[in-house]
Amino acid sequence: MTLQVQDPPISARIRENLGNLAEALRRNPTMLFGLVVLSAMAIAAFGAPYLGLDDPMRQVPRERLHGPSADSLFGTDMFGRDLFSRVLHGGQISLIVGLSVAFLATTIGMVIGLIAGFNRHVDAVVMRFMDALMSIPAILLAIALVALWGSSVPNVILALTIPEVPRVVRLVRSVVLTLRDQLYVQAAIASGTSTPRILLRHIMPNTIPPIIVQATYICAQAVIFEAYLSFVGAGTPPEIPSWGNIMAEGRMYFYQNLGIILFPGIFLAITVFAINTFGDGLRDSLDPRMQRRV
Amino acid sequence: MSDTPVLEVKDLRKHFPIAGGLLQREQARVYAVDGVSFSVGHGETLGIVGESGCGKSTAGKVILKLLEPTSGSIHLKGKDISKLSRREMHPHRREMQVIFQDPYASLNQRMRAQDIVAEPLGNYEEGSSRRARLEKVAALFNKVGLRRDFMNRYPHEFSGGQRQRLGIARALALNPELIIADEPVSALDVSVQAQVINLMMDLQQEFNLSYLFIAHDLAVVQHISHRIGVMYLGKLVEITDKRSLFRNPQHPYTEALLGAVPVPDPRRRRQRVVLKGDVPSPITPPKGCNFNTRCPYAFDRCFQEEPELREVARGHLAACHLR
Repeated sequence: MTLQVQDPPISARIRENLGNLAEALRRNPTMLFGLVVLSAMAIAAFGAPYLGLDDPMRQVPRERLHGPSADSLFGTDMFGRDLFSRVLHGGQISLIVGLSVAFLATTIGMVIGLIAGFNRHVDAVVMRFMDALMSIPAILLAIALVALWGSSVPNVILALTIPEVPRVVRLVRSVVLTLRDQLYVQAAIASGTSTPRILLRHIMPNTIPPIIVQATYICAQAVIFEAYLSFVGAGTPPEIPSWGNIMAEGRMYFYQNLGIILFPGIFLAITVFAINTFGDGLRDSLDPRMQRRV
Repeated sequence: MSDTPVLEVKDLRKHFPIAGGLLQREQARVYAVDGVSFSVGHGETLGIVGESGCGKSTAGKVILKLLEPTSGSIHLKGKDISKLSRREMHPHRREMQVIFQDPYASLNQRMRAQDIVAEPLGNYEEGSSRRARLEKVAALFNKVGLRRDFMNRYPHEFSGGQRQRLGIARALALNPELIIADEPVSALDVSVQAQVINLMMDLQQEFNLSYLFIAHDLAVVQHISHRIGVMYLGKLVEITDKRSLFRNPQHPYTEALLGAVPVPDPRRRRQRVVLKGDVPSPITPPKGCNFNTRCPYAFDRCFQEEPELREVARGHLAACHLR
């Protein structure tokens, strides 16, 4: 008789999880649509340098503010730079900012939320601080922070992360509070499991599904806010093309070439829409109550 | 074997404050457990019965130090653990384990059966290899009658009875002396109840375990217990060995409880004490004897003076002015 006391291989677990995702996508076509559009946007943005497009920085003063033509698909801006190339390259900043903010805000929020949910003394102090932070409008706080630190992409990411943290903290804390009294957590305490292990092993895995969903909304929000910041001149440095920058610089000239405002705007809207669609689909497939209805 | 009981509880109280008003000040308290004393010897099973809300589960949680006692002492193998902090409590936890009522809620759905049972081992045997721990888990699976090839499964792939066996395996993992079983079979089918109870009794024989067995089902308690304590509204009203409790109940509440057990014989007419009304709120327990609102024999003294738990016969304690 062979003794079966081994863990299943990691590859089997990964395959299981990927299988679940594929199944969810198959059952939820709008979610698939969101994912496909988002992937296309990411490939276009990060693949732009390899597409043989014009250099987004190269100025051709003779061809300023031309309309769309076969030569330059979206036309040119006031310095004669190719708008199509600039819009694609601009997507890099938006996506980097969106994803980084979503990742940072959920990670920081998760850690603070777990601790606040489990320790009443920390909770009292931290949550009042979070309440205070939430009372400041996110965009104003972000503008103030960038003004304070100076404009650079990492600073924009940080400035957009900080206002998002309190919402994640609240979400994680609420899950922790309901799980803390579950019998299996009590059983773990009774069998001598330390608090950090209880948090990591028994509580954190249950906070991940709602957090992933929240992360998609934060990502969409951050893409928009990055454009706001650039538009009001408190964001990404002007030499780097981003959707907000292109619109901000071009807003004086849209009578000559409407595309200068229109195309970055459309790309921004499509990206945010795709992220939100994907997030909605994730929520539906991760929420067991919704699952049966779909 | 030494004379010190495995568990000795003295005048244990657990009150829950009810906060209210603008400043969240204490407005009232729930007297969930209000002065309970008993002891459990080596290899002994003490059954605690009572209707829901009488504080029996709370008492179990306080003894496990999942809740802090309001006052009183808990001696585990002679050492008072009632005031120990969580850190100081750690070495003592392995001597006292728990089996919960609900085999669905007491197992983490996201963990494999083997990891659930191995968790206590990991907490106390830091040095041991994972492989050695899994070998131990396999042996425990054998002991509680689960197949080894189920070790990789998740809790939802087990039946209720099998889940409770998993709970028992987890409780046994650290070789404890005392297991606090909080209604371990109430959520199971009757036929499965018998299997789990018999398993618990076999394990008691094999490992000389002591049980504090909390339940509301008198038949189950009668089957497994050596001694039985009856709780009512946060207090122990009677405690004695199984035989004298069933033959010769001394407290009117015990009498009524026993009278409520159905007898499988339609022709037999019994004299029953039928209780009227509900259990009073544990927020405002009655003055005098807690049971005076429902007791058929209550007289003046019961409304003024609280009866003490006294020895009414050898080894038979009851809290009633009539005895």
